[in-house]
Amino acid sequence: MEQAEPLLRMESITKTFPGAVALQDASLTVARGEVHALVGQNGAGKSTLIKILTGAHHRDGGTIIFDGRQVDFHSPQQAQANGVSTIYQEVNLVPFRSVSENIFMGREPRRFGLIDRRRMNDDAKALLARFNIHVDVTQPLLTFNVATQQMVAVARAVSFQSKLVVMDEPTSSLDEREVATLFDVIRQLKSEGVSVIFVSHRLDELYAVCDRVTIMRDGRTVESRPMSEITKLELVARMLGKELGEVRRSGATGFGEGVHHAEDQLLDAEGLQRDRVLQGASLSVRAGEIVGLAGLLGSGRTETARAVFGADPIQQGEVRVDGKAVRFKSPRDAIRAGLGFCTEDRKTEGIIPHMSVRENLTLALLPTLTRYGIVQRDKQQAIVDRFIERLGIKTSGPDQKIRELSGGNQQKVLLARWLCMNPRLLILDEPTRGIDVGAKGEIQALINELADGGLGVLMISSEIEELTEGSDRIVVLREGKTVAELSHEQVTQSAIMGAMAHGQEDAVPAASAAVAAKEGQAGG
Amino acid sequence: MANADTTVRGPARRWVLPERFRGVGQTYGALIALLLLVLFNLLFTKNFLTEQTLYVNLTQVATVVIVATGMTLVIATGGIDLSVGSLMAIAGALAPIIFLSHIPPLENPLVGNTLAFIIPVLVAGVFGLFNGTLVTRFQIQPIIATLVLFIAGRGIAQVVTNGNLQPFTNPGFQYIGLGRPLGVPLQVVLMLVIVALFAWIMRVTIFGRYVLAVGGNESAARLAGVPVNFVKLAVYGISGLLSGIAGLIVIARNASSDANLVGLDMELDAIAAVAVGGTPLTGGRATVVGTLLGALIIQLIRYTLLVHGVPDAAARLVKAAIILLAVYIQRQRRS
Repeated sequence: MEQAEPLLRMESITKTFPGAVALQDASLTVARGEVHALVGQNGAGKSTLIKILTGAHHRDGGTIIFDGRQVDFHSPQQAQANGVSTIYQEVNLVPFRSVSENIFMGREPRRFGLIDRRRMNDDAKALLARFNIHVDVTQPLLTFNVATQQMVAVARAVSFQSKLVVMDEPTSSLDEREVATLFDVIRQLKSEGVSVIFVSHRLDELYAVCDRVTIMRDGRTVESRPMSEITKLELVARMLGKELGEVRRSGATGFGEGVHHAEDQLLDAEGLQRDRVLQGASLSVRAGEIVGLAGLLGSGRTETARAVFGADPIQQGEVRVDGKAVRFKSPRDAIRAGLGFCTEDRKTEGIIPHMSVRENLTLALLPTLTRYGIVQRDKQQAIVDRFIERLGIKTSGPDQKIRELSGGNQQKVLLARWLCMNPRLLILDEPTRGIDVGAKGEIQALINELADGGLGVLMISSEIEELTEGSDRIVVLREGKTVAELSHEQVTQSAIMGAMAHGQEDAVPAASAAVAAKEGQAGG
Repeated sequence: MANADTTVRGPARRWVLPERFRGVGQTYGALIALLLLVLFNLLFTKNFLTEQTLYVNLTQVATVVIVATGMTLVIATGGIDLSVGSLMAIAGALAPIIFLSHIPPLENPLVGNTLAFIIPVLVAGVFGLFNGTLVTRFQIQPIIATLVLFIAGRGIAQVVTNGNLQPFTNPGFQYIGLGRPLGVPLQVVLMLVIVALFAWIMRVTIFGRYVLAVGGNESAARLAGVPVNFVKLAVYGISGLLSGIAGLIVIARNASSDANLVGLDMELDAIAAVAVGGTPLTGGRATVVGTLLGALIIQLIRYTLLVHGVPDAAARLVKAAIILLAVYIQRQRRS
């Protein structure tokens, strides 16, 4: 089996985008009839690699050998015609057309030059029946749930006689039962000799359905192993680029040492639930402490923050501020209660690009700077000047448009937007992502200083150092649920990674053994 | 693998206005275009430099400017309002019903005329809020949401008037369209006051900032505590109110109200004025003064072509070409 020529071999793929290297010497080998997991943190290069394979991007270097031939697809259509189909997270079919039309779009069976509807419907029905899906194929796609739509996408992909189906986070909008159905389909494909590349952030799913895993980090392939030979903990460690058992090391960040003197309880969130993304997230923050919120991508960190801040509704659970239950209907309510939320994605949820540094900085504070609805320019100016100086924001002046600033300086303006409110609790979602090292250290030092001054901080970060060094306590989320809380003494990188991978920090050995046992059985 | 096409071109150097004139810069192109048009007419059009020519042009453009001012605000939030012409028709249909009514309190010309000003404008404002509700609460795309009243609004006006032309003579009411305090047409005064008011609002008030913030990045604005839905409701409401005022001016000038014609094509004229004036349709930026200039440019083109005897069909083409050119120039400058 091992000796057989693999279906796909991507070797030494490189890709550079203006200003950034997306892929550097990335490789991926997929055997025939294999379900292959592709994992990595945000920005690791998974999507870029897949897009190069499917012809959506063009590589700068490297070779792709598919089905014994060297290939160079110029478009997803061409890739599809040659046996590589892709299924995206969002179903990209035509919602108003029928199921069968969607499956055969662009190559409808014809008779006398007209579409042979009966044959098309029969073929569609037969195709779906292979996956044990029985629906009325003449109904428009939008009348079915997302899972069925997803299956239709799979059926369409298979009907192209695909040899390889790429699934990019296909399960993110499915519920558990629907995921099970999708897995049945994947197993069916496998039994027919079709290979699948499966991208997901849910580790359990990988172990449930995949044979082999390739781990990417920083645009490189770091490891490729049979799923049964790698424990969840190892997997997480490889994704994050940490050695197992690496001890806590100080001084790599701007946080400095020591614990903050935590005071009164400020925020309690208990059992937050929303759809499938939050399933019992709980945390608490006291005044003057930094609480880290850890978890893999898709574990519900940002969603928890948004729920606390009133940006998304919660279906169950309770948020208390100063011990009193609150129900924020909008961020506006949360802001009034003394909360601030610095978002992860500066571009889409932070800056107002065409507005000046001045207006961006004072956007949240504006109501208190006005009299009779008129903005008092002198007051506004004083605040802006103070924070530009205090945070060392490099700008040609308060009138400069914020989009002209560097990432680090934009982030400082956004921090200032909240700091000038004099908040009691600040939620920081990836406060140092995508900014240069210098600004990073400065921002970390600033957060530290603010906590010393009594501010409660809830910090989401994907960087383990930032969490271990910056946090007084760490709450770990997994699949929308709080699975562990580590006190300052317990915080080590491996403890966090263990909790991220398994749920409880003390269950590591048992879980690994279970995985090994399960995989041993599956690998036979 | 050497790639032949790797020459990286830096951003072309552009002449950039000093910081503090950036705001003016946005309207600069429109101003130059307007001056060129005036210059052309001074040279080639007989009797251009007369009070009469000035007022003919200004009275013709007044309603467009008033409506386009509201449109500027809506567009600044990233929306659009197609219903303005229909709302003009509704206001225009209601006013004569009120002042021609024989219900006792309304028979008093003072009461009747006052209410004939106030009620139709408020009704148009309420219809504007209806637009805003569709956009905010029901999350319908603005172009579709306002298409509802674009279609239904004129129907409402026709139903209210049974589809009949309503002729009238009412000097008290018609003052809004025909009055000339100190020799200046009242509608021109009204236009300038409205432009000045909203230019001021956009410059100095928190509301103006919020409008731009919502259009610039809605989710960021919401997370910063901006009352996004209120702001959107307000701009559609304002657009409705201003359409109502414009509707009254039109019927007062015509001494009749025709639900089929009042405000016809106004949405297109208003959007064109906004675009030519330098407000991008993507939202987040706005210049009310620019909109005034944009409307003046379009009006002056129309006038120029008319007095020089260009056939109407050709005139439309020229107008379209110039709008295209104006917007193209602004795109160039922005990027």
